[in-house]
Amino acid sequence: MIEVDQLNLVTSEFMAIVEAIGLTKTYRVFQKKEGVLGALRGLYRRDYREVCAVDEISFTIEPGEMVAFLGPNGAGKTTTLKMLSGLIYPTSGEARVLDFVPWQRADLFRRQFSLVMGQKNQLWWDLPAADSFQLHREIYSIPQAEFAKTLGELTELLGVAKLTRQAVRELSLGERMKMELIAALLHGPRLLLLDEPTIGLDVVAQAAIQKCLRDYHSQRGVTMLLTSHYMRDVEALCDRVLVINRGGMVYDGPLAGIIEKFGESKLVKLQFEGLAPDDLGRFGQVVRREGPFADIKIERSRVSEILSAVLERHALADVTVEDPPLEEIIAKVFEEARLDHDAA
Amino acid sequence: MTPPDGLAAPSAPAPPSAATLAVEPLPRHAPPRGPIATLKKHTKILRVSLSERMTYRSDFLLGTILRFLPLVTTILLWKSIYESSGKSELAGFRYREMIAYLLLTHISRMFSSMPGLAAGIARDIREGTLKRYLIQPVDMIAYLLSYRVAHKLAYITMSIIPYVALFGVCRGYFDGIPGPLTLAAYAVSLVLSFFVGFYFEASVGMVGFWFLEVTSLLYIVMTLNFFISGHMLPLDLLPSPWSTILKALPFQYMAYFPAVVFLRKITGWNLVLHLLLELTWAVVFMVLSRGLYRLGLKRYSAYGG
Repeated sequence: MIEVDQLNLVTSEFMAIVEAIGLTKTYRVFQKKEGVLGALRGLYRRDYREVCAVDEISFTIEPGEMVAFLGPNGAGKTTTLKMLSGLIYPTSGEARVLDFVPWQRADLFRRQFSLVMGQKNQLWWDLPAADSFQLHREIYSIPQAEFAKTLGELTELLGVAKLTRQAVRELSLGERMKMELIAALLHGPRLLLLDEPTIGLDVVAQAAIQKCLRDYHSQRGVTMLLTSHYMRDVEALCDRVLVINRGGMVYDGPLAGIIEKFGESKLVKLQFEGLAPDDLGRFGQVVRREGPFADIKIERSRVSEILSAVLERHALADVTVEDPPLEEIIAKVFEEARLDHDAA
Repeated sequence: MTPPDGLAAPSAPAPPSAATLAVEPLPRHAPPRGPIATLKKHTKILRVSLSERMTYRSDFLLGTILRFLPLVTTILLWKSIYESSGKSELAGFRYREMIAYLLLTHISRMFSSMPGLAAGIARDIREGTLKRYLIQPVDMIAYLLSYRVAHKLAYITMSIIPYVALFGVCRGYFDGIPGPLTLAAYAVSLVLSFFVGFYFEASVGMVGFWFLEVTSLLYIVMTLNFFISGHMLPLDLLPSPWSTILKALPFQYMAYFPAVVFLRKITGWNLVLHLLLELTWAVVFMVLSRGLYRLGLKRYSAYGG
């Protein structure tokens, strides 16, 4: 028996942390009729509509990966996180998280991950965060010495050491989020699921949270899956991006790959010796023309060809070539996925 | 109140630079086993809850004092009822006993009433805060029980002075203090009334899994309970089928039963039998609340979250 246990221990080291196979979640949504008569009708005959929140999603996350989950509102990101953390059952499909079936909610499973939701509060409102941390220590049975050490490091890292004795309701949103994050990390989870961890925070607080996550990741090798609408978070943290839209997977790969794959044009910024000529329209879409400056959007594959054509005709003082902002590309990916979906 | 030990204490060695975290991977914490570990965990929950309750101590005191005010009108009301009826006894209660009974039901309710428990569970379900019980390795019902014990301990501690004063003023309504055996039975009946009350309200709160809005339902249940538990008047006073029916129901253990134990109206084997019945009801409601929670979670996990 011992040998078998050891074998399990060894193999689990090499196994994926998260494995989702054809995860699907459909909700039955009650269709409310308009007006009083409609409401009365709803009392005896209810009309339901099937809504597919997540549609056969499959992916694997290896230990130590930091993965971003992108998609517009209502794409199914939160629903997927809820299935992976065991809050809801899928309609069909399978998942193994940390070698457990999440929705069986095994005690050992719950001790090894954390779910942080940017808009939900887990700390006790009327108590100092320190008391909530103590409660976590008991709930997760963290040894006192280790608890004090981790807590000291995390409060230092996030710069909130002086605030832990203040009632949570008196903290600012950013401070509260930092406390939430500390609470989520105290028990040293192997998997961290983050749903919009920086929502509503100012740039400084966002950066502090990002730094904390990055440092924590590099030191402890924790696996992270996060959703965010801030590309800044994604750029700062994640090497791999999963894009889902309308419940289905649209892209799975490195962040840079999104630009490669979906960024069809580049922004070429030109500075002429004299005034910018007015016949630039034939090279591409002119975004701006002001004095000696002109910005042109050019198809990715034709950038070098067009640049040399411009150089042949005009004297240039400066040239820069940029990728369009990631937000713009992502918006385009979402849009294309929507069109595909509608066409299908 | 003792502050949590060694928390964020300056004695904790500060890391040399902000970015230093322990390099070694964290050991996995085996879940603690055995009743002692569980007890320890819940003692902590209790302690934290206790300090939370103490945040509102002035509210406590004011609430307790205000609760006594209606008593004056109740005493005057019963006085005139007895005088106009011309009888010295109503349903086996003399005037002084009646007042003593009404005072004692306040003690019963101090143990068995669970303000906000059912509504809190329903709110947790509706607003999704229920999540934390599903994500963290902690059982919701056990957690709420610890919280409630803390709440009650705080409440009873805070109310001791006003209650001692009240019973001192009203001592004329009592025929002395009952013997140690009766007092012991009284204490047991009160503790059990806490469990009956807790698991009953917990079961009611679980209805929130099936209905989004439970405020009016809770209002009806609580108002009805005020009457059928005997908080308002002794159940013996009701006409015959009703008093028998209500005495067969579990609600009497939340107010009526402990009071009549103190007044020595139930004695001997009858007392033992009723204590056992009270225990049985506590277990029945415990099983019910657990079952409803399990069913509710199934539904919750399928539809929402």
